[in-house]
Amino acid sequence: MRGIGKSFPGVRALDGVTVDLYPGEIHALVGENGAGKSTLIKILAGVYTDYEGEMQVNGEIRRFSSVRESEQAGIAVVFQELSLVPELTVGENVFLGREPSRFGVVQWDELYAKTSRLLAELDLDLNPRVRTGTLGTGTQQLVEIAKALSQDARILVLDEPTAALTNAEAENLFSILNRLSAQGIGIIYVSHRLHEIFRLSQRTTVLRDGRTVSTEPTDRLNEQQIIAKMVGRQISQVFPANARTPGDVLFEARHITTQNPNMPGRFVLNDISFTARCGEVVGIAGLMGSGRTELLMSLFGCFPGEVSGEITIAGCRVLIQSPIDAIAAGIGFVTEDRKRSGLVLDQTILANITLASLDRVSGRWVTNESRELAASRVLADDLRIKASSLFTLAGTLSGGNQQKVVLAKWLMTQARVLLLDEPTRGVDVGAKQEIYAMIHRLAQSGMAVVMVSSELPEVLGLSDTILVLHEGQITGRFTRDSVTSEAVMSCATGQQVCA
Amino acid sequence: MIVKIKEEIKVTGNVNAAPAEAVATKRSESPKKHWRVPSGTVRAYGMVAALVLMWVIFSVVTNGIFLEPRNFSNLIRQAAVTGIISVGMVMVIVTGQIDLSVGSLVGLAGMAAILVQYYWHWGLILSLCTALVIGLMVGALQGWLTAYGKIPSFIVTLGGLLAWRGVAKGISQGATYPIEVRSFRDLGQAYLGRSVGLALVAVTVVAVIWSVLHRNSMRKRHGLPPWSVAALSLRIMLPSVLAVGFVFALNAYAGVPVPVLILVVVALSGAFLTESTVFGRHLYAIGGNPEAARFSGINLRSQVLIAFAILGVLTAIAAVIYTARVGSAGPDAGTLLELDAIAACVIGGASLAGGRGTVLGACLGALFMASLDNGMSLKNVPDFVQDVIKGGILVAAVGFDVMGKRRE
Repeated sequence: MRGIGKSFPGVRALDGVTVDLYPGEIHALVGENGAGKSTLIKILAGVYTDYEGEMQVNGEIRRFSSVRESEQAGIAVVFQELSLVPELTVGENVFLGREPSRFGVVQWDELYAKTSRLLAELDLDLNPRVRTGTLGTGTQQLVEIAKALSQDARILVLDEPTAALTNAEAENLFSILNRLSAQGIGIIYVSHRLHEIFRLSQRTTVLRDGRTVSTEPTDRLNEQQIIAKMVGRQISQVFPANARTPGDVLFEARHITTQNPNMPGRFVLNDISFTARCGEVVGIAGLMGSGRTELLMSLFGCFPGEVSGEITIAGCRVLIQSPIDAIAAGIGFVTEDRKRSGLVLDQTILANITLASLDRVSGRWVTNESRELAASRVLADDLRIKASSLFTLAGTLSGGNQQKVVLAKWLMTQARVLLLDEPTRGVDVGAKQEIYAMIHRLAQSGMAVVMVSSELPEVLGLSDTILVLHEGQITGRFTRDSVTSEAVMSCATGQQVCA
Repeated sequence: MIVKIKEEIKVTGNVNAAPAEAVATKRSESPKKHWRVPSGTVRAYGMVAALVLMWVIFSVVTNGIFLEPRNFSNLIRQAAVTGIISVGMVMVIVTGQIDLSVGSLVGLAGMAAILVQYYWHWGLILSLCTALVIGLMVGALQGWLTAYGKIPSFIVTLGGLLAWRGVAKGISQGATYPIEVRSFRDLGQAYLGRSVGLALVAVTVVAVIWSVLHRNSMRKRHGLPPWSVAALSLRIMLPSVLAVGFVFALNAYAGVPVPVLILVVVALSGAFLTESTVFGRHLYAIGGNPEAARFSGINLRSQVLIAFAILGVLTAIAAVIYTARVGSAGPDAGTLLELDAIAACVIGGASLAGGRGTVLGACLGALFMASLDNGMSLKNVPDFVQDVIKGGILVAAVGFDVMGKRRE
């Protein structure tokens, strides 16, 4: 791809970007959110067809006018957002639109046999006849990769493939990718996680503001240099220095136990007890499916199954059966997926910030926009929400700013206990740091923060106390000083219980 | 502990007063694009322009009959029934639901109001109450089945479409009944005195001036650039001129029809409810993202039930006007009104996926549909052609909207 340019109304998304890929190479593509990575990938995939510059595949100048043409040229793209149909089985998804058929009749046995082979290649122990929607996000991601492999691609593009994967799943993916590149497949690998890039890639291209900053062999770079190139400035320390002294116990959960609503008798959480003090960040580590999200949902009263156990806030027992109870008790919940459950994208920043606290900030019945504005302005400035005004629609903001709006919504409710589920997912490096600083500052101000994250450095860097979940049980408790990532991982995989 | 946190936030907020100013000045560079209120207003005036264009076309092809005071008055009166239902319908649509039963409910509520007059000689108030209570109960029942019973509203109200019509036919035994109470008939047929119309429009103009000036002073208070004199006068003049012209046009015939007054009151209340109350904000949140609304502590079920109940009551009001205008209650009254009301909402910019739509848009949509009906009838366009044209315009209106959004 040479001199690729692409404009959206008002934005120049790409400006003369040049990327090349050799057979058998793993080429990392990095850049902050909005740097143009996704746009570039979509041009490659034939999603965007009007662009400047030219693209060569195997020495031939190509200009794809559809996704289909791109696929036929041997390019397979795994997008960040999963594009599987949850109602269909794994096998149906893998061969969607390319079902093996004879005289228009689908050959189901052949389809499932082929799928089984592909899944086996990925070391995935999965029945291809299972409905895709019942699988966890991590597994779905691997199914998506199986789908790409089934197309005999010569160029494989992966956009943030590990965002929803556990470390074990990611390791598995890496070995698969290495194997594929040994077979001569060129791989473009987009990721925010720099250590993966060092693990995998031969060369790294950094994009910033729609331009190529550099393409260099990865082993000639270090993490600091890449970050500096991405943000155009040096980042000295990612995590804020910890100068908090936790106070009294503010939040206590005792014997939280839940069962799988679809499979009665199977525990999702089994006898979870922990406390969070004022000014403390409790980090919850664990692999995908260990019950991390379910724990936060249970505490917030929105778990679909039955929850037993006790919750105490500031010494008073509270009964939480719905988000309404939780909010009244002073709990806020920044969910994993802000687009699905955090924001009303069609509404303004203002309406989103005040959504959970309208009766207090605005009025019991009639809204008072000027009061809302006054209260929201303070928070928006404090969190540095970057938008032309508070009347900007939430859907038009970048990931980092959207996350700040969700945070602002909960600060507006005067929550004392803040539950954070993957607070920096899909957020660029600069905004990540701001969110870290924010979490630190909120804890400092006396809040109790319970944070779930798949990124271990994040858990270790921010938390005072670290809990490790494995199959619905706490298998490890650490303090900030005693923790090592190796110990957390061994508890998370259930190899050792270190309570 | 809460107090402490609050203080912390306040303190940091003050420290950051400077960035706040920076944000404010930056805003002044491109205020147009990002202001929700003007963009909505622009859209509304766009619809008014489309309406005016249609009126011009109709008055040309009918040699001016279309815009004669008599016909204009008639047209507006026709629009009142659809308009009142649309105000309620848009609330239900905003939550992502639909109500297909309103046409049948018009038939049922209207029939019930007349039957209590016919059999038991109930007076104006009692027969009105009968209609309203039936509307409220039907709306609340359907809302309850949708929100608490988790039956899709499409199915609930499709059942209602059949069932309520059936009840109306049953209680009337298929016959048509005349109105007994004279004042009841006035609700659909009487006119306000010319001077009353003028007084009302004077109040409207004063209210417009006050609200624009009030909004402007709020902008100043929040550090936003105040509107220029031109923008200010445009904001005052446009709605004022429209209101004055409207009343004069109606006065040129017989004065403002009572149904139109009722529509205006209903529309203003509906606009207030959707735009300036917590309930309204919840409606948009529920339709825009039900999951986020639930996680924000909104009681989805009760709000959806209330929206349906409001629609039920408004439908009953529309039923009274409809029956009063026709002069009698027949078992087929109000057939297909649900389609007019839904079309009005959609033409007015509501999204059936929920989260989008305004009361003003729905009212303009209702006027649009009524004008289309009226104009084509004047031109003696055959019934079946009218239906085809109306269907085509509905699809085209949404098509244009989708195209416009894609371009954005």
